[in-house]
Order: sequence, then C-alpha cells, then structure tokens
Amino acid sequence: MAEMDTSSSGGGKKHQGTKSKKLSTRVDMTPMVDLGFLLITFFMLTTTMSKPKTMDLVMPKDTEKEEEQNKVKESTALTILLGKKNQVYYYEGLAQDPNASQDPNFFNATSFANTGGIRDIIIKKRDEVAQLRNFKGEPEDVVVIIKADDGATYQNFVDLLDEMAINRIQRYATVDISDQDKQWIKSTEASNGIQ
Amino acid sequence: MPKVKMPRKSTNIDMTAMCDVAFLLLTFFMLATKFKPDEPVAVVTPSSINTQLLPDSDVILLTVAKDGRVFFSMDGQAKRKQLIEDLDTQYKLGLTQAEKTNFMVGSSVGADLKSLKTVLGMSADERKSSGIEKGIPIDSANNELGVWIEYARNVQGQLGSLNKLKYCVQADNETPYPVIKDILDTFKDKKIQKLNLVTNLEAKPAGSAAALYEAQQQATEKKAQ
Repeated sequence: MAEMDTSSSGGGKKHQGTKSKKLSTRVDMTPMVDLGFLLITFFMLTTTMSKPKTMDLVMPKDTEKEEEQNKVKESTALTILLGKKNQVYYYEGLAQDPNASQDPNFFNATSFANTGGIRDIIIKKRDEVAQLRNFKGEPEDVVVIIKADDGATYQNFVDLLDEMAINRIQRYATVDISDQDKQWIKSTEASNGIQ
Repeated sequence: MPKVKMPRKSTNIDMTAMCDVAFLLLTFFMLATKFKPDEPVAVVTPSSINTQLLPDSDVILLTVAKDGRVFFSMDGQAKRKQLIEDLDTQYKLGLTQAEKTNFMVGSSVGADLKSLKTVLGMSADERKSSGIEKGIPIDSANNELGVWIEYARNVQGQLGSLNKLKYCVQADNETPYPVIKDILDTFKDKKIQKLNLVTNLEAKPAGSAAALYEAQQQATEKKAQ
C-alpha cells in the first residue's frame, strides 16, 4: 500500500540549517524508582534491627562447708517446680515439715499466664514475706527455690528467671529436684490429666 | 451558562523527590544490614525483659539446638586459629591447613573431637545436609565441652584479657532442661559462675515491680537534670 512519507525534511519550510532535535531533560524515572523500592523492601525484610539481648545468670559455688552455705528459712521460701507441658508447680516453704506437706492444698499447679499464673503467686508471697521481720527488725526477703524437672524446657527456665527480674526478686537459686518433688509432680500430673 | 473548563494537567508527575527518598532509605537499610553468618542450626531464643546487649568481642558462644546438640563458637579469627592449632597439637587430629582455615573463618562447630577432621573437610552446606554434627558431647563420661572451654580460655588468656571473656549460651525454646543443666554443671566444674543467656527483648509487663522501678529511675533522672 502506498504510504506517504511525512518525515521528509525541509519541504517548503523556512528553516533549512542543521538543527539538532531539542530533547527534554526529563527522564522517565519510573523503572529506577521501582528498582529502588524493590531493594528497600528486600533490605527492610532481611534486616534484624534489634540485637539479641542477654540475661545474666550467676550460679552459686558448690560448697561442702557448712559455714559457707546459706540457710533458708522455711517461712520465707517459695519453691517453684517446672514440669512438662509448660506446667508450673509451687509450694510454700521447703517441704521439710512432713505435717505441712500432708495438707491437700500444699502442692499446687499453675501456669505462666500473665494473670492468675505464677507471677501472682510470686507477688503474693513476696508481699507476705515483706511483712515478716527478721531478728534485726528488718523486713525479710523472699527466697525462691527453682527446681526444674526433666520434662521442662529451656523456655520455662528462662521464663521463670525472667519472672524473678520482673518481680525484682533478689534472692533465688536453682536447685536439683528431689525424688519427693518428682513424686508430687507425677501425682499432680495424673490428677490433672497431663500426659 | 458557559461550560466550566477544567485545566488540562499532565499525568506526569515529578518523581525526583520520591526517588530521593527511596534511595536514601535504600542506602540506610543497606548500611544497617549485617548479614548473619550461616549458622549450622536455627535457634529461636526465649524472650526476657533484660536489655543488656550481647557483646561483640571476647565471647564464647554456645548454641544449643532444639534436639540438645551443642555447638561451640568463639569470636576473633586470630583466637580461632590459635584454638584449632592447640587442639590439633594436643589431640593429634592431623588437620590440614585448609581444614584449619575452614574452622578459622567458619561458623560454630558441633562435633566430637574425633570427627572434627571430617567436619572441617566439608563445606558449610555439606555439613548441614550430612548431619554429621551430632553436637559436642557434654555427658560427664566424655565432657568435650569442658575441653573446648578450657582451650578457649587458654587462648583468650594469651591473646586477650581473660577477665573480659563472656560465656554466652544461646539455646532454643524447646531445648530440654537436662541439657541446659549439663552445660551449667560443666561451667560450674570450671569454676565459672557467671553466664549470659541470650534472649530476645520483650516489654516489661505493665504494673510489675520491674516496670515501676524503671519509671522511678527515669523520674529521678529527670529530676537530676
């Protein structure tokens, strides 16, 4: 088909000299912006802004000598046990009094829930113990004994240490679990239906 | 009535400003990003309210996987070099220079000393897929973790300051407690009482003693200013 050549230079126009085409200084920036945002998205998603934090854990020295050991009073102690399935068990005191442990309400189960969990128990005990006075007439400090069963996880352990920090409990210790404690956990698990 | 004439506007907008912002952000994120070295295991750490930062230098890092495998790592290439050479001489591992370099530049290792040569002969991907790294033995019969700690302390004493050395344990949420206990007991045996547990940051629960204490601290600081 016949087409007209419209691009013929000159024609009948007046300007005949070699004239460079006037190009716009504007460039299309869309692809560049696209790429820029793509990369931003990538780096934003891969960046981990927060550095990991650490928690101090100071372990007591093992000592055989009587005079170097700290004695804990039955009345100021709270024993917390960590079981499997994120279960927490607790009892007041050190379970050295056989009569006290006969009480059906002696050994209790709870959880890591923010309210109604172990935190409330710790706060209650802390405030109770703060009412007591030692022989110098100063308020007593609660001593939390932490015992972890074999079924407990690291998370439970750290969560409990974190509870100590949250409630500003100064005195706490991790202690090996006793057979008696294991027994209690087992029977409580059985009655609560935890496999 | 005459028709209201809408002024004709171009659909082109000036993207220079947007472009500037985009690239500024890009530069920021590029510089802020620090790519993690390829770790042999992925670990999800528990969270705590502690705000103390994990130190960058003079640190021994023990990574504990979900299944209880323990990996060892130490900062500083010079120290790692010295460490692997000491272990090589003492335990007659017969490592080649390439294997030593692999340890020097690589990430953490989690194998018993006997299979260390095989592990270091592999690339990072091979190590991950072969499952050869069964963790450093921590049971009391064959506590190689104690050996690692001992040698690392020795190296730190030669090339740095022993007092500055921090012992960090980075364990997964689901690590069983007995493994952690074994590790803590190992440290206790070495007369190391102060450890750092690696955690993520979480907010202090409102109304808790820690939150109140912090508020009080801030109030006194403000007063002092």
